[in-house]
Amino acid sequence: MLPELGHFALILALLLAALQAFFGIAGPMFRRERWVSAVTPAVAGQAVMVAAAMGCLIASFVNEDFSVAYVAENSNSALPLFYRVAALWGAHEGSLLLWIMLLAVWTVAVAVYATRLPRLFAARVLGVLGVISFGFLLFTLATSNPFLRLDPPALDGRDLNPILQDPGLAGHPPVLYTGYVGFAVAFAFACGAMLQGRMDQNWARWTRPWVTAAWAFLTCGIAMGSFWAYYELGWGGFWFWDPVECASFMPWLVGTALIHSLAVTDKRGLFKSWTLLLSVLAFSLSLLGTFLVRSGVLVSVHSFAADPSRGVFILSFLIVMIGGALALYAWRAPLLKSPAGFELGARESFLLFNNVLLVIAAATVLAGTLAPLISGALKLGTVSVGPPFFNPMFMLTMLPLLALLSIGIHASWKRGRLGTQQRTLLYTFVAAAVLGCGLVYGIYSHGHLLTPVGATLGLWIILSSLVDPVDRLRRRLSLPRAVVGMTIAHIGLAIAVIALTTVQSFTNERDVAMAPGGSATVGGYQFRFDGVRPIEGPNYDGVGATLVVTRNGSAVAVLKPQKRQYWVQHQVTTETAIHYSRGNNILVALGDDLGASRWSVRIQIRPLVSFIWIAAVIMALGGALALSDRRYRLAREAATAPAGTAPEHA
Amino acid sequence: MINRFLIPVVVFALLVVVLAIGIKHSPEKGIIPSPLIGKPAPQFSLPSLGDPARTVSSATLRGRWYLLNVWGSWCGTCREEHRMLLEVRRSGRVPLIGLDWKDDDSQALGYLQQLGDPYEFVAADRDGRTAIDWGVYAAPESFLVNPAGIVVYKCMGELTPDIWEKEILPRLPQAQAARS
Repeated sequence: MLPELGHFALILALLLAALQAFFGIAGPMFRRERWVSAVTPAVAGQAVMVAAAMGCLIASFVNEDFSVAYVAENSNSALPLFYRVAALWGAHEGSLLLWIMLLAVWTVAVAVYATRLPRLFAARVLGVLGVISFGFLLFTLATSNPFLRLDPPALDGRDLNPILQDPGLAGHPPVLYTGYVGFAVAFAFACGAMLQGRMDQNWARWTRPWVTAAWAFLTCGIAMGSFWAYYELGWGGFWFWDPVECASFMPWLVGTALIHSLAVTDKRGLFKSWTLLLSVLAFSLSLLGTFLVRSGVLVSVHSFAADPSRGVFILSFLIVMIGGALALYAWRAPLLKSPAGFELGARESFLLFNNVLLVIAAATVLAGTLAPLISGALKLGTVSVGPPFFNPMFMLTMLPLLALLSIGIHASWKRGRLGTQQRTLLYTFVAAAVLGCGLVYGIYSHGHLLTPVGATLGLWIILSSLVDPVDRLRRRLSLPRAVVGMTIAHIGLAIAVIALTTVQSFTNERDVAMAPGGSATVGGYQFRFDGVRPIEGPNYDGVGATLVVTRNGSAVAVLKPQKRQYWVQHQVTTETAIHYSRGNNILVALGDDLGASRWSVRIQIRPLVSFIWIAAVIMALGGALALSDRRYRLAREAATAPAGTAPEHA
Repeated sequence: MINRFLIPVVVFALLVVVLAIGIKHSPEKGIIPSPLIGKPAPQFSLPSLGDPARTVSSATLRGRWYLLNVWGSWCGTCREEHRMLLEVRRSGRVPLIGLDWKDDDSQALGYLQQLGDPYEFVAADRDGRTAIDWGVYAAPESFLVNPAGIVVYKCMGELTPDIWEKEILPRLPQAQAARS
C-alpha cells in the first residue's frame, strides 16, 4: 500500500509542478492576478507531495518491503537500520528522489523569501523552478520509478553495494546535492530577470545569498566525498579527476566565479549580462553532471546502472532547460546596459581576471571530462584523460589566480591606483616568501619547486587578507560580516593551496609484503605487523590486521586495517586504518593474502592532508558568515513595505 | 559583427551534438560491467523446462565452463539470436545453459521445437527471481562462468558472431570441449 501511495504522491507532485510552472510563467506574462496567486500554494502542495513520496520510500526500506524492486535491489534484512535509511539514495532512482526533495526544499525557501521580492518577479522565479522540478519528476516517473513492485516479492534483498556501507553515504550525497540543486535558484533568478526583460536594481543583492549558500554546501559536499574516497575507496588517494568528481567541480568553479561577479554587479552595477550568463552556467553544469553520471556515456566509480533511454531523456531535458535559458540570454542580454567602466588597475579588473581564469579552469575540466566522448565520436579510439592532463592544466590557471588574489583585495573600486597599498603588498609578499621557503626547506630540506611557490602564495593570501581586518579592528571600526566571511574563505583557500602542494611533494608511500613479526620503515616511522585474525560484522566477515607503529622506539599508534567480505554480494572492501600524528596522516591498508600468512600492506604517510578538508570547511564557514551579513537583513526590512503591495517593482 | 550574446547558445549546440553522439556510441552498450564479474555466480535451483521433476541447479554445473543464456519465447531479439546459439552448440566449445525467463512452459517448448534446441538443459525461471539474482536487465543476456563458478564475462543483448569470436572464445581454454 505505502509504495502505491508514494507513487501516487509523486504523480500529484508532477501535476502541481506543472501548475507551478504554468502559473508562475504565464501569470505575469498575461497579467492574470489570480494565476500569480496560485503559484505559492502549488509550491507548498508540491513540497508536501514530494515529502510524502520520500517518506513512503523510507518506510519501505525500514520495513524491509522486498516487494518493492528498488528496495529489493539495494537493501537486505541483514543490513543495519542506519544503512537501510541511507540506502534510499544508494542508487539511481532514490537519489533522483533526493534531488527532487532538495529542490522542493530550496523552492519553499525561495517562496518564503519571495515576500520581499516584487510579486511578478517572484512568480517567474518560482515558475522556472517549477519547470525544473517538472522535468525531474517526469524523468523519475517515466524512466526511474523507485516504487515499482516485484511480483512475486523477493524473499530477501540483494543488499546495498558494500562500498556504500559507510557513514559517508549518510552525509556526502545529501550535502553535495544540496549544493548542486541550490544553483537552480540562481538559474531561476536569472531566467526570471530575463523573462521580465529587465534586471532590477537589487537583483544582484537578492541573488547573492542564494549563490553563497549553494556554494558553501557544494564545497562541503565535495570535501566530504574526497575524504570518503581517501579512507574507503581510494587507498589513500583523495582526488582522482574522475568524471563525476569533475562534474561536481565544474559547477563549483563557475559558482565561485559567480560569487565574485555578483559582487561587482551588486556594488557597481557592472558585468550584468556576464553575471546572468554565469548564473545560467553554474546550474547548467550541475545538470550536465547529472547527465554524465546517469546516462552511462562515461565510465566512472560513481556510475549508476546505465540505461540509454535515460540518457536520451536527460539530453532532451538539457536542450529544453539550458538551450532555452541560453536562447533567452541571447535575446535579452543585449538590452542590459552597464554604466561607466573602470580603470585597468581597479578591483573590477581583478575580479574580471578571477572570472576569466575560473571559467577557463572549468572549461579545461569540461574538455578533459568530455575528451573520451569527443575522441569516440571522431573515431579516434579510446582516450582516457587523467591527472597528467588535469594537474598541470589546472595549475596553469590557478597560479595566476592565486597571485592576483592578494593584489585584487587591496585594489580599490573604479580607480586603478594602488597608492599606499603597494607597500603593504610588497611587505606581505616578502614576509610570505621568506616564511614559505624557510618553512618548506627548514622542515623538509628538499623539495619540488612547486611547494615553496604554493606555500609562498598561500601565506601571502593569508597575510594580505588579514591586513585590512586587523587595521579596522585596531582603529575600532566596524567589520561587516561579509568582509569577515570573505577573509575567512580566502584564508581557507590559502590553507588548501599550502596543504595540496605539500601533500603532492612529500607523500611517502610503499606497498610491502609483511609476515607476522616482520617490520617496515616508512618516512621515519617503524611498522610492525602482528598478523591477522578473523572478524565478523552484522552482514560481513573478514580479517583484521594489527600493525604497531613506533617512531624512534616510542609508541605512536596501533592500527587495525580490515578486509571485509560482504555476504550477499560477495564483495570485498578494504577498510583503511588512519592515525593522525604531527601533522601527518599515517594510513595503512590491507592488500592481498600472499600465502604462508604473508600479506601485502600499503603504508602511506601524507603530511597536512587533513588540512585539505579542514580548508574546505573553513571556506564554507566563510560563506555562511557572509550570508548572515547585515545588508541582506536590511534588504529584507526595506523590501517588505513597498514591494509587497506594488504589482511590479519599478 | 557576430552577436556575442549568441556564442553561449552556439557552444551549447555543439556540446549537444557531442553528447548525442556519446549516447549513440555509448561505450557501455553491451559491456555494462556487471557487478557479478569476477565473483561467484549466484546459486540457483530451478525445475527443468519440460521435465518439472528434474531440477537444474548451479551446484551440478561446478567444475566446468558454461554459458548461461537468458531468454524467453516472448523476446524478439532472442529469436534473432537463436541461429548464433545453434552455431555455438555445433561448435561444441562450451555448453549452453538456458534460463527461460518469465515464460510460459508450453510456449517455451513450442519455441524450441520450432527453432531447434541449442541448450544442454533449460532452467525455467517462471517468477524471474533467479534473473534478479543474476542482475538481468533485459533478455537476451549471456554469462560465461568458469569451472570455479566465477562469472568471467557478461554479454548484454544479442550474442553476435563478433562477440563470440572476440570476447568469449579468447576466454575459453584451448580445445575446451563441451562434455554433454
